[in-house]
Amino acid sequence: MRLFRRLVLVLIARPIARIFTGADIVGRERLPLKGPAILVANHASHVDTILMLTLYPSRGLDWVRPAAAADYFLRGGLISWLSNTIIGIVPVARDKAGAGVDVLAPVREALKAGDIILIFPEGTRGDGEAMSDFKSGVARLAADVPEAPVIPVWLQGAGRVLPKGGVVPVPMNCTVLVGEPLHWQGDKTTFMTELRQRMEELHAKAPPQRWA
Amino acid sequence: MLGAVERGNFGMDAITAFFAGQSPAVLWGLGVVLGVLTLAVAVTAILPALKPAGDFTNLRQRISSWWVMIALLAGALLIGWQAVTALFLVVSFIALREFLSLAPVRREDRLIVLAAFVAMLINYLFIVIDDYGLYRVFIPTYVFLIIPFLMACIGQTRAFLATTATFHWAIVTCVYNLGYIAFLMRTPASEALPAGAAGLVFFLLVATEANDVAQYIWGKLFGRRKIVPKVSPNKTWEGFLGGWLTTGLLIWFVGPVFTPLSGIGLAVLAIFLPVAGFAGDVTMSAIKRDIGVKDTSALIPGHGGLLDRADSLTFTAPLYFHILAYFALGHF
Repeated sequence: MRLFRRLVLVLIARPIARIFTGADIVGRERLPLKGPAILVANHASHVDTILMLTLYPSRGLDWVRPAAAADYFLRGGLISWLSNTIIGIVPVARDKAGAGVDVLAPVREALKAGDIILIFPEGTRGDGEAMSDFKSGVARLAADVPEAPVIPVWLQGAGRVLPKGGVVPVPMNCTVLVGEPLHWQGDKTTFMTELRQRMEELHAKAPPQRWA
Repeated sequence: MLGAVERGNFGMDAITAFFAGQSPAVLWGLGVVLGVLTLAVAVTAILPALKPAGDFTNLRQRISSWWVMIALLAGALLIGWQAVTALFLVVSFIALREFLSLAPVRREDRLIVLAAFVAMLINYLFIVIDDYGLYRVFIPTYVFLIIPFLMACIGQTRAFLATTATFHWAIVTCVYNLGYIAFLMRTPASEALPAGAAGLVFFLLVATEANDVAQYIWGKLFGRRKIVPKVSPNKTWEGFLGGWLTTGLLIWFVGPVFTPLSGIGLAVLAIFLPVAGFAGDVTMSAIKRDIGVKDTSALIPGHGGLLDRADSLTFTAPLYFHILAYFALGHF
């Protein structure tokens, strides 16, 4: 199954993603090839996940798993099958948060098992311009698995290829900027401030692939 | 049943026949290009010994990328018009995608971007059916009118006029002008061509790229007086004039090997093509400066984006085509 996933991502998804996005990447060598590691990215489109998976060096790809909303991606049918088999999501029961359920447990388990987890800390897709506030789950994960480096990733332009609510994808160049890894230092506020600042720095370096 | 040796011979025969069907001038020309490239590789191997402090990574990347670009172009030229049309369809697609991703396009124009790609497909369809009459008017007249109309239907009027200009500029340079290169391949064999249709395309590419390189080298060696400091601070009068002279002489002496031009037609090409190449480079630089980027993408290692490499061609291709059509080709 692992081989099947890798073949689909490399031989089918990668060429399609290149056609639709150009898939430029800055700092590809900073992407970890083995876990545990946490990739933190901004979120504007389903293209974000595809872009990360198709740009990932093939050697590390088997371990990359996006944390994704169970209520959205595991509704059954083809979406569920794709999410489980090809995308390889780790389900997060967003809707059960606050009801005393540890919704991050599956993610923590995956990290401890050596996976590379892709997290969109905004919790949902934005408009592709400004980032909304980060959920603090990423800090809890970093605290629970302190040996995992946290790598900030800025995804520029994917929201234009297929925005939230969009049906027809339009080819537009996208750029992925990978930053220097961050490590948990023991304080949540410091960690979240630092993470956000790193993301904003990457955003500032991104080419102007945005709406006028 | 064929024996292994005979099958091997059959394969060799097919290869021999493939090359025997090509214009000798084009094969020789490609040989010279590969020779120049090999020489460049040799130079980059020696340079670090002469200048140990220098960093030649970019130069090496550039040359490696040239191998790939030349292999693709040479392969397409040898296979025929279908391959050249397919290759330039891809070139136009990437150039247009790069351009419209960086240029100021509004959120409401997302589907207009898609319409631009549709216009691109139709433009190349006219090359496939070899209909120059339709090709000539489709983008400059009808896409020019239809795109603003579609934008009006969507209804966002903020920066409307500027955005129509952005789309038109993008489509004309990346699709219509580059498409002329593929259209040259439709020149019929009945025309008196010294090196076939492939020779025409080959010479356009060589003259344009040689002009870029000659301007660069003249500028590096003798450049003192800046020519367009606000747009391209590295460009000099010495580079421009030296490149003009070099490319002009190249066209005058080598042009008759690949094109049916002679006399006035050849002189017009020799005078204007180098200027067009320079103009394309400078004009695209002005646009990049306006947008605030140095490269249009990171597609070609060492060169930048596809549009960074093809900027001169967007100006030289239509000019070359029109001079050929006016002075020599009956088909267009």
